[in-house]
Amino acid sequence: MNPRHRKPKLAVFKFASCDGCQLSLLDCEDELLAVAGAVEIANFAEATSAVAKGPYDLTLVEGSITTPHDAERIHHIRRASKTLVTIGACATSGGIQALRNFKNVKEFTSLVYATPEYIETLGKSTPIADHVRVDFELRGCPIQKHQLIEVLSALLFGRQPNTSAESVCLECKRRGSVCVMVAHGTPCLGPVTHAGCGAICPAYDRGCYGCFGPQETPNTESLSAWWSKLGVGEADLLRAYRSFNANADAFRKESESHES
Amino acid sequence: MKVKTIKVDMLARVEGEGALTIKMKGDEVQDVEFRIFEPPRFFEAFLRGRSYAEAPDITARICGICPVAYQMSAVHAIEDALGVMVEGPLRALRRLLYCGEWIESHVLHIYMLHAPDFLGKDDVIQMAKEHPKEVEQALRLKKAGNEIVSLLGGREIHPVNVRVGGFYKVPRKKDLAPLAEKLKWARDAARATVSWTAKLPFPEFEQDYEFVALRHPGEYPMNEGRLVSSKGLDIAVKDYESYFFEEHVQRSNALHSVLRNRGAYFVGPLARFNLNHDKLSQVAQEAAREAKFKPGCRNPFKSIIARAVETLYACDEALRIIEAYEPPEKPAVDIAVKAGTGTATTEAPRGILYHRYRLDDSGTIQEAKIVPPTSQNQKTIESDLREFVAKNIRLPQTELAWQCEQAIRNYDPCISCATHFLRLSIERV
Repeated sequence: MNPRHRKPKLAVFKFASCDGCQLSLLDCEDELLAVAGAVEIANFAEATSAVAKGPYDLTLVEGSITTPHDAERIHHIRRASKTLVTIGACATSGGIQALRNFKNVKEFTSLVYATPEYIETLGKSTPIADHVRVDFELRGCPIQKHQLIEVLSALLFGRQPNTSAESVCLECKRRGSVCVMVAHGTPCLGPVTHAGCGAICPAYDRGCYGCFGPQETPNTESLSAWWSKLGVGEADLLRAYRSFNANADAFRKESESHES
Repeated sequence: MKVKTIKVDMLARVEGEGALTIKMKGDEVQDVEFRIFEPPRFFEAFLRGRSYAEAPDITARICGICPVAYQMSAVHAIEDALGVMVEGPLRALRRLLYCGEWIESHVLHIYMLHAPDFLGKDDVIQMAKEHPKEVEQALRLKKAGNEIVSLLGGREIHPVNVRVGGFYKVPRKKDLAPLAEKLKWARDAARATVSWTAKLPFPEFEQDYEFVALRHPGEYPMNEGRLVSSKGLDIAVKDYESYFFEEHVQRSNALHSVLRNRGAYFVGPLARFNLNHDKLSQVAQEAAREAKFKPGCRNPFKSIIARAVETLYACDEALRIIEAYEPPEKPAVDIAVKAGTGTATTEAPRGILYHRYRLDDSGTIQEAKIVPPTSQNQKTIESDLREFVAKNIRLPQTELAWQCEQAIRNYDPCISCATHFLRLSIERV
């Protein structure tokens, strides 16, 4: 077979994570068989026993780097991948497990495990882009499955994915939701959070909690001032920025400015 | 004696990563190691200092396959600490949400993760070539479960609508009507799934297990009940830690849970079915009877049938809840924060999931303990493998490796939950 006409090879690899982002692909019930028909699934341990060797045309990476072994493994994966896309908050920012970055990891280990010396772990949980070149980052905790399909089809056809870097506010307006902060005084991270989820939380009468991480140029300082006017204290502000994207630059810096 | 090694680099089709090493001397199994090398994520440690209100969103991130289970155990344990009872339509909506997750998770495991083993296929995509009708049906059935979770929770994975005391927003009766139409189709598809799974080829294999599940006087267990076992255990959930404890094994990043003075036990769909068969709806009981699947089953490979029966039950129960639903006055009951300790066990798709939280008087979490179902099954998985390999040692090595993986998948191990993957190697010494 002429190699130019072969199906592109898709690989999915996992690091420290909850498996939810790669599950998003299996949750594309309407598109799954079409996707599987368009690519050769060369490595996807959650879904298949079949393993084909690289190089891979398109590699999806879920999870953050937290162990010495994984810090090595990501370099092998990068070398075997033509295009490497990171999916989800763990891979793009370090994830919820990056809460260790603000503490002493040894203390954490002894809190959870009876014999901490059995555990091999790094002091920090870091995004994939801290270790290797990343071609595209898809945000979210978890990623939004239609955005994943858009990224897959765009990259397989050689165009840029159409995923907006605006804030959740714009999605909220388009959805026709009432602003929970203006109308109800509910603290909301929407003004500084990366779009992509479709503004779910305000539609369910709660404030956005930032699971897609910071938008491109977030004015977190201004938003924090608005939250303070709503009566939110410093400790609560710190925790609001320090959750699923705690290690993303803009959120990390803002959370540190509320440390007492 | 000759040294032989069988190696499968990673256990596919489990959620997370693990490895299996079996050491053989001649035909004798010397040691079985089921290792987890899923990196530790320290949830119990970083929950300390967080507000009680954050626990459902944070613990959901332990597992992308069963986030609702983590949210349910978290809210019930915290409500126990705060002395709050959630009843009526809010209680029913939580059960409906759980039905959605059971359907989505069970169908994923039955068709996409486990059935390929029985049919000798690498994956569901390969299976789709010979069984297109079943695979299409599976995808639609799974979607029905996901649609319940999306409607009530906002999205399939890490839903946003669950809070201590209830929900942020509750649906109107008419919002649920489109779900009912899809669930009627799903109930028929689930019934067909029960008879389809019952016809799969099952290895002859039984062990004398102690099955453990919740039991509730009025219903098939999800969010409440007493902890009971097939060998006479009958305790309140708050006494869990007096009877069950965790061991930390060197080869694994997960903790193994055992019953004090009794050892390994078995949780999940087969345990629930064996202990609560009488609480299934009539439709589910009939389907099990037609499939000749009776309580008392001790063949772990038949867990796939139990999963199918529970899928059918969850569709039926979801329909019952939707039909009876009248919206509550408020989306959540009022919470008065106080210091205290609370516990809860709920039935995650993979089995009992225990949470305990200690709160201070500002509602800040001082201590958290989480025992996921996979770490509770891990010792039983190892004991199955020891027996299974001993009985099947004459099989060609690649086939034995394949069947060992299948035996592990009987438990639908969700390894990312249990750490707080599988490299299979059989060493013959």
